[in-house]
Amino acid sequence: MAKKPAARAKPAAQKPQPAAPAAASLPPEVAFLKQLSEAVAVSGDEGAVRKLILEAIRPHVDSVTVDALGNVLAVKKARNGGARERVLAAAHMDEIGFMVTGHDSDGALRFEPVGGVDDRILMGKPVLVGPNRAPGVIGAAPVHLLSQDRRTSVVKANALRIDLGVETAEAAKKLARLGDRGTFASELDLLGAGAGFAGTLRGKALDDRLGCATLVELLRAGPYPCELHAAFTVQEEVGLRGAKVAGYATEPAAAFVLDCTPALDLPHSLDDRENVEYNTRLGLGPAIYVADRATLSDGRLVRHLQRTAASAGLPYQLRQPGGGGTDAGAIHRTRAGVPSVSVSVPGRYLHGPAALARLDDWRHTVQLLQRALEGWSSKVWK
Amino acid sequence: MDLLAHLKDLCTAPGISGYEGRARDLIRTAWAPLTDELHVDRLGSLWAIRRGTAAEPRPRLMLAAHMDAIGLMVTLLEGEFLRVVAVGGIDARVMPGQPVTVHGRRDLPGVVVQPPAFLLPKASREGVVPVSELLVDVGLPAALVAEQVRVGDVISLAQPPRELQGGLLAANRLDNRASVAAVTACLDELRARPPAWDVVAVATVQEEVTLGGAITAAFALEPQLAIAIDVTFGAGGGVRDFPDRTFALGSGPALGLGPNIHPKLHAALKATAERLEMPYTLEAMPQHSGTDAFGLQVARAGIPTMVVSLPLRNMHTPVEIVALKDVQRVGRLLAEFIGALTPDFMESLRLED
Repeated sequence: MAKKPAARAKPAAQKPQPAAPAAASLPPEVAFLKQLSEAVAVSGDEGAVRKLILEAIRPHVDSVTVDALGNVLAVKKARNGGARERVLAAAHMDEIGFMVTGHDSDGALRFEPVGGVDDRILMGKPVLVGPNRAPGVIGAAPVHLLSQDRRTSVVKANALRIDLGVETAEAAKKLARLGDRGTFASELDLLGAGAGFAGTLRGKALDDRLGCATLVELLRAGPYPCELHAAFTVQEEVGLRGAKVAGYATEPAAAFVLDCTPALDLPHSLDDRENVEYNTRLGLGPAIYVADRATLSDGRLVRHLQRTAASAGLPYQLRQPGGGGTDAGAIHRTRAGVPSVSVSVPGRYLHGPAALARLDDWRHTVQLLQRALEGWSSKVWK
Repeated sequence: MDLLAHLKDLCTAPGISGYEGRARDLIRTAWAPLTDELHVDRLGSLWAIRRGTAAEPRPRLMLAAHMDAIGLMVTLLEGEFLRVVAVGGIDARVMPGQPVTVHGRRDLPGVVVQPPAFLLPKASREGVVPVSELLVDVGLPAALVAEQVRVGDVISLAQPPRELQGGLLAANRLDNRASVAAVTACLDELRARPPAWDVVAVATVQEEVTLGGAITAAFALEPQLAIAIDVTFGAGGGVRDFPDRTFALGSGPALGLGPNIHPKLHAALKATAERLEMPYTLEAMPQHSGTDAFGLQVARAGIPTMVVSLPLRNMHTPVEIVALKDVQRVGRLLAEFIGALTPDFMESLRLED
C-alpha cells in the first residue's frame, strides 16, 4: 500500500530488464568460507564454527585439543620433525549477535546485543535464533503511521523484539530459550566475479571467519620451518578472552593474529573533503598493523611481513594506527610476553548483516602468511 | 496450486514502480492458464480477462492488485559508491545493511550502507541516517561501477523469502505480491465455478507512487464494479504501536469501510464472508484508503469500489510478514463473491432507496 496520498508525477518509461544471472559456482575455498560465514557462533557459543574447523583441520595437524573455554588449539610440527621455534597464529571464531533475554506473552523475544552492535543496524533484519537456527525477524512499526519525529528516531535494542511467528511465550521458548544466542540471517555470496575481477564477498561474520579460513589454509599447507600453533579463539568480541588463555597455553615465541579490520574508505557525505581516516582500503591487500588501541606490534614481525610481501610480489597496506584491537592485545601480554603482530583482511560494514571483502585481499592474506611462515628463521629477530 | 511457492516466486521478482516488467512476466505466466485473454495496457498494467457466462453485454468486475514495489534509484555515482533516492515510501530506519540488486547493464547485487559517523554531517551522526546520506555498494571497483551503472538505474530490495512458524512468510514485496497471489488463488477457484460476470484481474503499476496504473486501467476497462486488493497493517510480532490501526495475522480479510468504499458493496462482501463462516475484520478508512481504490472509485463517471486487505507486519521493510491462510482466504472470499454475482447485481447497489 502507498505510504502517502498520490502526488502528481509523470509516468516512468518502461525499461527492458535482463534476466537475473545464474548463481555462479563458488571456488572451493569460498565454498568452505560460505559454511563458516553462515554458521551462527556468537561469543560464548562458538560450537557451530568449532565443529566445522575441527573437521577441516584434523587431517592436516599433528595434534588438536579444545581447551576449557572452547578454543581450538592445533599443532603442526616443524618440517623434518626438528624442534623449532613455536609460532602462534590465531583467529577468532566468535561473531557479534545477541542473546535472548526474555519472552513476551505474545511470543516475541527480547534480546540484548553481544559485542559491538549499532542499534541502527537491527530493525527490519531477518535473524536466526537458538540451537536449531529458528528463523525470525526484528520487527518495525509501519512507517506510514509514524510521526516525523519517530521516523527519524533510532529504536534502541531493548525496545526491539524478535518475531518468530509464534503467538505465546511457551511456543517461543521451545525455539529459543533464555540465554540462547542468535544473529543476522545472511547468505554468503560472491559478487561481481568475472572479466579479470576476482569478486567481492558479501556476508555476515566475515569478521573473523576470513581469519579462521586463513588459518585453516595455513594448516592445510606446510609444514614450515617452525612449529605452527593454531588457535581458533572464542570470545574475542567481548574482550579477547579466549586469546588470553590460548596465548598462555601455547607459550609461543611469536604470534600472528589474523583478523578482519574495517575498511572505512567511503566518501564524505555531500562534500568533497578527502577521507583521511579510512583505516584501511578495500583492494589494497592484507592490512598489517603497526599499532592499535590494544597492541604495539613487534617491529621485527612487521618488517618480516613487509620483506616477505616485497620478495613475493604481494600487495599489502599498513593499517592506519589508531583505535580498534585484536586478539594480539591479549596474546602479547601473556606469560613473559609474546612479540605479536596482526594482519587483517580489510572489510566494509563488518558488524552488520552484509559485510563486504575483496576475494583477492583474502587470497593475498593467505599467501602472505604462508610465505611468512615458510620464511621463518632466527634472522627474523635480528 | 502451491500458493506458498507461487508467493515466494512473486516476492523474488523485482518490479519497482514504473519498472514492473519482470513481475509482470511472472504474473502473466501464472494467470494465463486461469483466464481467457491477456493484455498489457499503455502504462504496463497486466489485464487477465475471464469471460463470464451471462448474455452480452455482460457486466464486468475489475480486481486490482498492484504489482509494483518500493525501491531506490541511483542519483549519483561516487567512485565505487552510489547515492540514491527513494521510489515510494522507503523506511530509512531499516535500510542499513539490506541486500539489494542494482539493475544496471547487468543485475548487480549490493548492500545499502550507512556511512560511519565521521563521514556524516553532524545532524545525522546519532539518529536515523536519511536515505539521502545512505550509499549503495555493489562491491566493484570504480571503473566497473562506471561501466555498469547509470544515474536513473533502479534498485530493488533483495532479501530472500523466509518461512517463519505458524504458516507465516517473511519477504520483501509482500506489499503487494501477497494480494497478487490472492488474486491467483481466486482465479484458480473460479476455474471450477464459471462466473456470470466478466472478471478482469489487473496487476496494476505505480500504486506506490501515483496510483497511475489503477486510474488508467479503470478508465480503459470501464468496469461496473472494482475491488482493490492490498495489504493493511498487521498486529503482533512484538510491535505494539497503533492497536486501533492494526489487524492480527490470521484474522482473515480486512473489509474496508469509508468514503472510498461503496457501502452496499462492502455489505455484500461482508455477507459473503459470513456465508462462508470465514473470519474477517472491518477496517475503518476514514479518508484516503491508501490503495488503488482511491483511483478506481473516481474513474470515468464513478465506480462502486471496495477494498479487501490482508494483514501484513513490518510494512515497507524487506521483512514484511503475512499469514498464508489470509492469502488463501482473500482468494476464496473474492471467488465466492464473484461466483455468486448475478447479471442484475448492480440493482442491489442503488443508493437512492
